[in-house]
Amino acid sequence: MSSVTTRPGFSLFRYAAPNVFYPIAGRMVPLFAVLAAVLAAVGLYIGFFMAPTDAQQGDSYRIIYIHVPSAWMAMFLYVTMAFWAGVGLVFNTRLSSMMAQAIAPTGALMAFISLWTGALWGRPTWGAYWVWDARLTSTLILLFLYLGFIALQAAIDDKRRADKAGAVLALVGAINVPIIYFSVKWWNTLHQGASVKPGSSSMADIMLTGMLLMVFAFWTYAIAAVLVRLRAIILERERRAQWVIDAGRQGTL
Amino acid sequence: MQWGSLEQFLAMGGYGFYVWGSYVVCAGVIGAEILALRQRRRAALAEARRVTSTTGRPA
Repeated sequence: MSSVTTRPGFSLFRYAAPNVFYPIAGRMVPLFAVLAAVLAAVGLYIGFFMAPTDAQQGDSYRIIYIHVPSAWMAMFLYVTMAFWAGVGLVFNTRLSSMMAQAIAPTGALMAFISLWTGALWGRPTWGAYWVWDARLTSTLILLFLYLGFIALQAAIDDKRRADKAGAVLALVGAINVPIIYFSVKWWNTLHQGASVKPGSSSMADIMLTGMLLMVFAFWTYAIAAVLVRLRAIILERERRAQWVIDAGRQGTL
Repeated sequence: MQWGSLEQFLAMGGYGFYVWGSYVVCAGVIGAEILALRQRRRAALAEARRVTSTTGRPA
């Protein structure tokens, strides 16, 4: 018996079925992993060997090539996680909830990297590893929201109930993301304002090029990591489903 | 390129501790995530195969 119901015509909902998405995700992983490695190699080469020393900050500014990408990804992944958790809550699509669960650890990792690199950049620039500044504090809260989401999901045995509880937490916590983003405008903070804005940027072109390449490297890495974790979660949750048993016998898992 | 030697490159104009402290930890946690993902995939596959092997074949 196959659990795939093929209907004539194209439907996006078809891809919401874990058994349909599982092999597609498997084909996407190597593509994004290779892209991430190539983008990181080129981005780091530009960042360390082509971009000049900064006139004000010396070479300490080179932390930017991992600090800004990880900070952006931490915020972006949170919004994506809350979105899929919300879709799972509203439409009861289990793949959406699994996607949210797959994003959380990589998001937490990105938040950690942004805080760590920020501390090591803050010390030579501001004279302190940590200050209770609006941008820094709201990013720390972001890390705690990720960890809270992971812990809450792990604490509830019934997976679908865990998904619903996690979704509520993720959606309520989403208010923190615009707070992080606008914190440098709303409050008087030590953290500098945005150097990159649509249409205008206060960075030298070569530095900006290196940084944007690293943003895409982190982005593609995150996609690959999330897809690998999503496939593992699908297997963990659906191991008793007929399609997993069939695929296991055919050696296509 | 502004680095005359490997020593200069590692010194990062006096900011070596901060720059390499950032990059080493970043690479370390990403490496740890990759290992953890590999482990999780293997465990999920092993468990799925165990379930498959204990489930009766359809007649």
